[in-house]
Amino acid sequence: MEILVCVKRVPDTSENEIELNRAGNDIERDDLVYSINEWDNYAVEEALQLVEKNGGSVTVATVGGEDDEEVLRRELAMGANKAVLISDEAFEGSDGAGIASLLTAHAKKNKYDLILTGAQAEDGAAQVGGMLAAMLDYPFASLVDSIEVMSGGKLVVSREVEGGNKEMNEMDLPCVLSIQTGINEPRYVGMRGIRQVASVEIPTLGASALGIDIAAVGKAAAKVQRTDYFVPALGKGAEILNGSREEVIDKMIELVKAKGGLK
Amino acid sequence: MARIFAYIAHKDGVLDDTAAELLTAAKAIDAAASPTAIVTGSGAELDAVCKTIQGSYGEVWKIANQALTQPNAELIRKALVAILPPGCIVLLPHSHFGVDLGPGLAVKLKAAAVSDVMAIEGCAGNILKVVRQEFGGQMSAHVACDISSGAVINIRPGSFKPVAGNAANGTVVDKSSEVGALSAGRRYLETIVAESGDVDISKEAVLISIGRGIQEQDNVAMAQELADAMGAALSCSRPVVDAKWLPKSRQVGSSGHTVKPKVYVACGISGSFQHLAGIKGNPFMVAINKNPKAPIFQVADVGIVDDVLEFLPELTTKIRETVK
Repeated sequence: MEILVCVKRVPDTSENEIELNRAGNDIERDDLVYSINEWDNYAVEEALQLVEKNGGSVTVATVGGEDDEEVLRRELAMGANKAVLISDEAFEGSDGAGIASLLTAHAKKNKYDLILTGAQAEDGAAQVGGMLAAMLDYPFASLVDSIEVMSGGKLVVSREVEGGNKEMNEMDLPCVLSIQTGINEPRYVGMRGIRQVASVEIPTLGASALGIDIAAVGKAAAKVQRTDYFVPALGKGAEILNGSREEVIDKMIELVKAKGGLK
Repeated sequence: MARIFAYIAHKDGVLDDTAAELLTAAKAIDAAASPTAIVTGSGAELDAVCKTIQGSYGEVWKIANQALTQPNAELIRKALVAILPPGCIVLLPHSHFGVDLGPGLAVKLKAAAVSDVMAIEGCAGNILKVVRQEFGGQMSAHVACDISSGAVINIRPGSFKPVAGNAANGTVVDKSSEVGALSAGRRYLETIVAESGDVDISKEAVLISIGRGIQEQDNVAMAQELADAMGAALSCSRPVVDAKWLPKSRQVGSSGHTVKPKVYVACGISGSFQHLAGIKGNPFMVAINKNPKAPIFQVADVGIVDDVLEFLPELTTKIRETVK
């Protein structure tokens, strides 16, 4: 089974407080800690486990620039067989549809049986996988939390739906699945592992290598564009308890008690 | 202005709350809009839904098809592509279903796709300006969407309040014959209902709920000790279940359980909208988080900026003294 996993390097929200930059048009990107998008890491682990059981290989791809190579190398260290960096100045400013077009161009030049993406990334759009599938005319399922390979080129996948229920679907291969967190337990990648893949060559695919019409991607083609970031208005906003920890605890207990939270 | 359609989600013959919310969103795009509801399904359930939705939408497009008895986004996409006019705007709920349908539908309609929209600021010419959130709700963004070739817009459930007085006496237009036979490379098999687990958090009056901030499996015990001291139950947000530190039955959120306690203490929970969607009944909420920018502080009644790993054990000690 030849598997493509589409990944993205994102600011790690568990490591950073995301703040507005001085100009107010972007987040403050100096000193941000980046990591692989959490959903994507589960997708790579799932691909590795499928290949361990069924044979084949795992290719990881990302659309971005030089800095994004680090997440590809991390996933190589995790066990992916190949990595490709889809990168060209003409691709900058692509919206979700632009990114999906680039991944489609790559997928069409290679025979992948299964394409995985994370269910969403830091922008919460959750759209590249579904778009990629529609562009390739492959079946698609989102929020997948288990995959079983059946005979005859079919999968049985479960989708996580409301209330923690599982919607079971049969899928024809080739198909595209967007992966939900919790589907597996991603293996640990240490510095040693990353050093071992330091010299692995990662090809860069630009517009000509992909054979893509640059008018269809990039900022000019993007129908959806973020114009600015702003700090969300505090709804009613919490009353922040100040003082020493002891004082805060006393206040909290008093409030919770008044609301019937202590027996 | 482009014609606006709203996809009506329903289950067991009952409308989803988003049916009314999409109507509000349509009016935010175009105050003069008279959006058309689209309802898919089969049998008596479909007819019941059409009858209800006629009460608020002026026109209802009904697609009856045995293959659409279960909401399979792949089949529904084909049905919608067959009947929708070019350049229209389609509104969907940003739910497990909307995420499944929206992006692919936009591709097939050659329309723009914007997802998880929380607010609509209006239209200037062909540019629709909307508000979204990124970074788990830590930052908001204005997004400009070119709707000149149509748009598929996924609306965050709960963001648009239903408006009273939308009484309509809508007409139902049966579009079933325009759709034809449907098949797809994805076939619905069955829905497996989640197991209820040892504790039913949906019935508990006081919940101590833990998130990513608990950091390690070994630290779950300190939250359980607090819950025990308070006579409360322990629940959690998604990362704790993903890490297998607590079973799925303890998860609060749109993909977990809906809870309606009197008091909710969120410990190291950032407050994603998927998590907050599972908390109903407006409980008294205390949030403890070391990140002062955590979105949970926007919705909590009381906030404590502190490290839960240090705060919780001291709180437990004090509560034990108090209730003794």
